[in-house]
Amino acid sequence: MNANTQLAAGAAATAAVMDCKLDKIFYGNFMAVRDSHVPIEKNRITGFIGPSGCGKSTVLRSLNRMNDLVDGFRFEGHVHFLGQDVYGKGVDPVVVRRYIGMVFQQPNPFSMSIFDNVAFGLRLNRYKGDIGDRVKAALQGAALWDEVKDKLKVSGLALSGGQQQRLCIARAIATEPEVLLMDEPCSALDPIATRRVEELMVELKGKYTIALVTHNMQQATRVADTTAFFSVDISAGTRTGYLVELGPTEQIFGNPREKLTRDYISGQFS
Amino acid sequence: MRNLSVSDQPAPSLQRTLAGRSLRSALLSGLAWACALIASVPLFSVLYMLITRGGSRLSWEVLSELPPAGFEMGGGFGNALVGTFVMVGIAALIAIPVGILAGIFLAVLGPGSKLATMARFAAKTLTGLPSILAGVFAYALVVLTTGSYSAPAGGVALAVLMVPIVVLTAEEALKMVPKVMKDAAYGMGCTRTQVIWKIVLPTGMPAVLTGVMLAVARAAGETAPLLFTALFSNYWLYQDGSLELMGPTASLAVLIYNFSGMPFDNQIELAWAASLVLVMIVLVINIVSRIIGRPRF
Repeated sequence: MNANTQLAAGAAATAAVMDCKLDKIFYGNFMAVRDSHVPIEKNRITGFIGPSGCGKSTVLRSLNRMNDLVDGFRFEGHVHFLGQDVYGKGVDPVVVRRYIGMVFQQPNPFSMSIFDNVAFGLRLNRYKGDIGDRVKAALQGAALWDEVKDKLKVSGLALSGGQQQRLCIARAIATEPEVLLMDEPCSALDPIATRRVEELMVELKGKYTIALVTHNMQQATRVADTTAFFSVDISAGTRTGYLVELGPTEQIFGNPREKLTRDYISGQFS
Repeated sequence: MRNLSVSDQPAPSLQRTLAGRSLRSALLSGLAWACALIASVPLFSVLYMLITRGGSRLSWEVLSELPPAGFEMGGGFGNALVGTFVMVGIAALIAIPVGILAGIFLAVLGPGSKLATMARFAAKTLTGLPSILAGVFAYALVVLTTGSYSAPAGGVALAVLMVPIVVLTAEEALKMVPKVMKDAAYGMGCTRTQVIWKIVLPTGMPAVLTGVMLAVARAAGETAPLLFTALFSNYWLYQDGSLELMGPTASLAVLIYNFSGMPFDNQIELAWAASLVLVMIVLVINIVSRIIGRPRF
């Protein structure tokens, strides 16, 4: 009972760190995503699920303007981050990415030592404090410290896939961003490594806010507090992704409002 | 129905025979092996010739003394050794920054732009440029404007040969840097310049340096571009307390060319020894490039 009231109090205190109103996202003439309104709540994990090509990765990469690197990318709508529009006039995408970090599908450590990988963002921001302390804290935060503390000078690429991904998470959290965008962070990992990264995500949400794209519905039920279900609209002759339904994970999987959602989570999709 | 039971027929022989396909395969393997051997013959026969004919003359004296005139005995090619190092150094100072920066442009900044297409075509054409034409270019650009044969003129000629090699190898090396690594850097909040300086260049650097060293080795061995840019000299670059960079300058390659045609045994022996030294320099540069070309991580 006590726990329940605490949970309720926590829910009341939750505020949206990001308010993302994605009216239209284009790549050239191709409309990839339309009419998707996704709030990202503080200290929660928001999971994005949906079939391939439904634009969930596109949506995620739009939140910290990674899509600006793609030729022909065009965006209509707004992405408010703590009250400022990420796409507002005069906003520097480089600065946006320092507050909204990213973990990618393929583990992508730099070809540097483990230490230098984690210290990279700190040095980039000319961090004045003790870099060693922050690197240690980040590696501990990513549950990797015990495995690598004796080989910090070894190449980041020499680690196993799961360790590489946790190294990338350590690198992302070393600069203490507000939000972490995770684009299918476990799809290249084996089940044991996946488990560890999932546990890590749940730990990390105490300090950070996480948006997670996943293909794995079990993963969404295990870690996501809120789930957003996207689908593909092929009525106009092209494949445009859109948000079908968004709600607490238990509701989306237990009692979906939309028929599309119900079909998808029960495995009846074409 | 397919019959999956073991048949009564005797099993076919699986032994290797020399008939038909196997024979042809064996012949081709043998041919490939022989050709590989033939391809490595020139290097080893050249090395053998140089060591037997030039090795006996190799000493501190030949490395440190001035070339002999006419019937003089002894002497060496110290000034040519220094001249080669100075001119290759000048060429490297020009070609390496230009080449790497151009490579960055071709690989990262504007790979699809018109300028890139043009520059890539120009670089590919220049790699096939007869080296004597690089000398003609430097003659017109430096010798005619400064009014004398000089080490910088030789350096410019060698740089013309080095730039396309550095550009093309740098482009290839930098293109190999995985996109996911660049994405990671952008995701950390790097500007494009930071992505290039902190990720693309350091990651591709070993391969870039390999190209640089190969270009340096090529330049060290060139004769033709130096014939009418640096000419030759029987004296030190540094003499009587002053550095004479703007006069004719000796080089190993031109010394070999000059001395090998002389009717004096002493000079011909020195040409052999100089050839050995030059090949050793090129060999050392190649080995060093292999060592630094190994990825560190």
